[in-house]
Amino acid sequence: MAETRVSKYIEPPHLRLSRNRLYRRRFARNRGAMIGLMLLGFLVIYATLGGLLTPWHWSDQDFLALTERPSGRHLMGTNQGGGDVLAQTVVGLRRSLMIGLSVSCMTTLISAMVGAFAAYFGGWIERLALALIHFLLIVPSFLVLALVSNRVGGDWLVLVFALALFGWMIAARGVWSMSTSLRERDYILAAEFMGVPKWRIVLRHILPHLSSLLVVNFSLGVTAAVLAETSLSFLGFGVKPPDVSLGSMLADGAGVISSASWLFAFPAAFLLLFTMSMTLIADGVRDALDPVSAEASRR
Amino acid sequence: MNEPLLSVRNMYVTFSSEHGPVDAVRGISFDIHAGQTLALVGESGSGKSALAMGIVGLLPPSARVTGEVHLDGQSLLGMSDQQWSGIRGRRVGVVFQESLSALTPTMSLGKQVAAAVRVHTNLSKRLAWDRAVELLDMVGIADPGRRAHEYPHQFSGGMRQRAVIAIAIANAPDLIIADEPTTALDVTVQAQILEVLEQAKAETGAGVLLITHDLGVVAGHADNAVVMYAGRAVEHASVEDLYRSPAMPYTLGLIGSVPDAGAAHRRSLVSIDGEPPSALNRPSGCPFAPRCPLVTDACKDAEPELVPVGAEASAHTVACLRFAEVQGRRPDEVFRNIATVVSGTLSDERVLRVRGLGRTFPITKGEIFRRKVGILHALSDVSFEVRAGETLCIVGESGGGKTTTLLEILRLRPPERGLVEVLGHDLSTTSAHLVKTRLRQSVQLVMQDPQAALDPRLPVFDLIAEPLRAAGYGAHATKVRVLEVSGLVGLPPDGLDRFPISLSGGQRQRVAIARALVTQPRLLVLDEPVSALDVSTRASVLNLLARVKAEFGLAMLIVAHDLAMVRHIADRIAVMYLGHVLEEGPAESFFKSPRHPYTRALLSAVPVADPGRERNRSRVVLTGEQPSAWTPAAGCVFAARCPLRPTLSKEIQQRCHLERPALIDCSDARVACHVA
Repeated sequence: MAETRVSKYIEPPHLRLSRNRLYRRRFARNRGAMIGLMLLGFLVIYATLGGLLTPWHWSDQDFLALTERPSGRHLMGTNQGGGDVLAQTVVGLRRSLMIGLSVSCMTTLISAMVGAFAAYFGGWIERLALALIHFLLIVPSFLVLALVSNRVGGDWLVLVFALALFGWMIAARGVWSMSTSLRERDYILAAEFMGVPKWRIVLRHILPHLSSLLVVNFSLGVTAAVLAETSLSFLGFGVKPPDVSLGSMLADGAGVISSASWLFAFPAAFLLLFTMSMTLIADGVRDALDPVSAEASRR
Repeated sequence: MNEPLLSVRNMYVTFSSEHGPVDAVRGISFDIHAGQTLALVGESGSGKSALAMGIVGLLPPSARVTGEVHLDGQSLLGMSDQQWSGIRGRRVGVVFQESLSALTPTMSLGKQVAAAVRVHTNLSKRLAWDRAVELLDMVGIADPGRRAHEYPHQFSGGMRQRAVIAIAIANAPDLIIADEPTTALDVTVQAQILEVLEQAKAETGAGVLLITHDLGVVAGHADNAVVMYAGRAVEHASVEDLYRSPAMPYTLGLIGSVPDAGAAHRRSLVSIDGEPPSALNRPSGCPFAPRCPLVTDACKDAEPELVPVGAEASAHTVACLRFAEVQGRRPDEVFRNIATVVSGTLSDERVLRVRGLGRTFPITKGEIFRRKVGILHALSDVSFEVRAGETLCIVGESGGGKTTTLLEILRLRPPERGLVEVLGHDLSTTSAHLVKTRLRQSVQLVMQDPQAALDPRLPVFDLIAEPLRAAGYGAHATKVRVLEVSGLVGLPPDGLDRFPISLSGGQRQRVAIARALVTQPRLLVLDEPVSALDVSTRASVLNLLARVKAEFGLAMLIVAHDLAMVRHIADRIAVMYLGHVLEEGPAESFFKSPRHPYTRALLSAVPVADPGRERNRSRVVLTGEQPSAWTPAAGCVFAARCPLRPTLSKEIQQRCHLERPALIDCSDARVACHVA
C-alpha cells in the first residue's frame, strides 16, 4: 500500500472521466434507452421534415377526396374537409412536441426549485412556498386555462405558459417531501461544515438525489401537458383551427372512429410512440444517474 | 464427551445473485455443548451472520443451505416453516443486533414478551403477563411491573437489548444465538448486557452461539471460538489456545490490531494490508493469501484444509500451511507493516480553546401549537484546549454531549454560552467574513460513517474537491491538490472515478479523510472515525491519522467511545458526562491512574483481548444508565450512579448531592470530584 511511501504522489495513468461522461457512458449501455432516444429522434425528424413526404400542405383541402381512406394519393387518408392527414400529423406532432416538452421542462424546473429550496431552507420560505402550492391547487385551473386561452385567441405560446403555471404544484409537493428527508443526511451536514453555500448544497446534494423522481415527473409531465392541451382543444379552447395539434386531431377523429378509423389511429399512434419514447428515455436516465443500479454498472 | 447440543457439519450457504451463485458460507463444521459458548469471529462479509441465520432457517428463500445441522440429534435443515415454528423461540432463542428493529414498535414490551411465552405454552394471558414481568426482572429491567406497559421507543438501547434477551430466553431454550448483541451499545452497557447473557445462560443451561467481531468480547465470554474468513473457518480452538498461540496469520493480525486499553505503555498496532476479498471474486488459493505477510507460492495453489495443530488430534485446528511458523510469534514480528506511533512536534500554539461552553435545546410538545415544556441541557460546562500537533479525545457514554460539543465548534458561530476560540479568534466576535474566508478551511470534519457522510451520487474526485470548490480554488489547483491528497491517504489511483458504493469501508473513510485534509486545515474534528469500520482495517486508518497528524502538525479533536482505540491515538483525554467535563488530562495518566470514579468505571468496562487477564481482573460495574439531561442535579451530575458513594461519609455524600464540583487541578490532570 502506498502508505509507507508517501513522498511520491502517483498520477493516475488515464485522464479522469468527467461526471457527465460517466453518466453518458452508462446511459449508452442501456438498450431500451437507446431505442427510446432513436424513437424520439425519428419523431423530431418526422415533425420537422415529414412535410416532404407529401405534396400536400397541411392547410390544403382536396375536395376530390373527402374522408378518403389511406391511398397512394393521401398516404394516411384525408379528413372530412379533405385535409391530408399525413401533413396534419406532421404539424400536429410538431405542435404537441413543442407544447409537451416545453411545458414539462418548465413545470419540472419550477417544481424542483420550489420544492427543494423550500425543504432545505425551511422556516418562512418553506411556509410561503407551501402556501403558494396549496393556493394554486385549489384554484380551478382548468377554468382559468380555458378563459385565458380563449381570451388570447389560441396562441399556443400563451397556452404553454398557462399550462406550466398550473402544472407544477403536485410535483413540487413530491419534491418537497422527498427533500425534507434528504436534508437530515450526514453528507448534507458535512457539506455545510465544509462551507459549501446553501444554494450549491441544494443543486449538488439534494436535486441529484431526486433525479429519478424528476425524470419520472418530466416524462409524466410531457404526457400530462399533451393531454391537457388535448382536452382544451377538444372543448374548443387551446389550439384552435386552422392550427392543428395531435390533441385537436384526436378530438376530431374520436367522433368517427368506427367509420373513419384512420383519422383517430394515426394521431393516436404518434402520441403513443411519443409517450413511449419518453418513458424509455426516462428509465435510461434514471439508471444512468443511479450509482446503485446494477443494470447500468454491468460491464 | 457427551453428545453435542448443536452439531454443524460441512455447512454451505449459497445466495443467487445476478452474477451467478455466491457462496457466503463454505463448509463450516462445529459443535456446541450445553452450557458452553462458541464465539464466531469474523469481519463483515465473512459469512458469520449468514451462517447463524442459516442455522435457524431465517434466510430468504433464494438462499440454499446444504450440509448437516443437528440440534439434539434432530436435523434442522429442510424443515417446513411449520416445523420451524415449534423450534424457534422454544428450543432456539435469537438475540439480534438491532434491538430497535427486533421489537415491534406498536406493542408494549410486556405484551411482546408475553406473546413469546404464549406461542409455545398454553398459559392464560394473565399468567403469561406475570411470566413476562418475571423475565424482564430477570434481565435487569428495574420496576418491571410498571415498565412492561411501556413501548420500545421509551427504552434506551441497552434496556431494549435486555428485553430482546428476555424474549429469547422466554421458553428456556436449549440454544441461544446472539448476533452481535452489543455492537450498537456503549462500553458500560455492553458489559452489563454480556453479564445478562451469561446469567441467562446459567439460568437456562443453554448453549450459546455468540457472533461478534470484537475479540475482547470473545476473550471474556466464550469457551471456544471459530475464526471465519471469506466464508470458511480458518481457525477453531478453545479461547485460551486461540489467544495464547494463534496459528493463523489472520488471527494473529486480528489480535494484534486490537488496541489494549490496559497495556502499561502504548504499544504499536499491527495493521493487516488490504481488504477482505469480495464473495464474487475470491482468490483461487488461500483467501487470505493476498494480505498475508507469510505468503508462499504454495498458498496460492489450493485452499488449505482445516488440520489439527500439534501432533495429537487436538481440538485446535487451523487452515494454514505455515501454522508451525506462526505459532508462538508475536503479531508485530509477523506483520512488518506496523504502525509506529509517531509523536509529532508539539508547539504551544493553541488551535482550539473552549471555556465553559453551554448549549440548551428547548423541548417542545404539540404539533400545531408548539409550546415549550422544558429545557434540555445538552452542554453545561465544557472546557478544554487543543494545541497544534496534539490529539484530544473526548470520551464518555452516548448522550453525554460529545457530538453536540463537536457540532458547536464546527458551526463556527457565537456559542450560546461560554467561549470558543479557534486559531486565536474568539467566535463570538469574529466576523462572518473571516469565518468564511479563513476559519472554515482551517477546521474540517471526518464523520463516523463514511457511507453516510459521502454523497453516493458523486464520484470520489468531486467528493474530495468539494471543500476546495467551496473555498474558491480554480480548476487546475483543485485537480493538483486532489491528486496529491488522494495519494497521501493511499487511495488506489483509479479510485477517483469511482462512486463511494464501489469502495470498501476502509477506502471510504480514506476518502473522507482526504476530503478533510484537502484544504490544509489546522484542526481536524473526528466523530468516531473508526467505529463503523472492520477491525482489521481500523488499525490502518488509525495509523494514517497518526501519520498525517505528525506530518502536518495538525490538532485533532476526536470523539470516541472505544477506549482501547483512544489508548492508541490520544495525547490528552477529556471525559464527558451529561454535558460536563469530569476529568481532563494527559492520556498516560488517564490510563495509569484514573481519578474520577466515572473514568475508572469506563476503563473497567473495556473488554481485554486476553482471556487470562479478562477473567481475573476486578471490575467496577456501573449500574443503570446515564439519566437524561432534562433536569440536571444540583450537585455532582454523576452522584446518582457513583460507585464510590456508598463508601463515603454522610457529610461528603451530602456535599456530592448539593454542591457541583468544579474542574480543579489535581497533579497533572484536572478532575471534577469532591473526593478524587
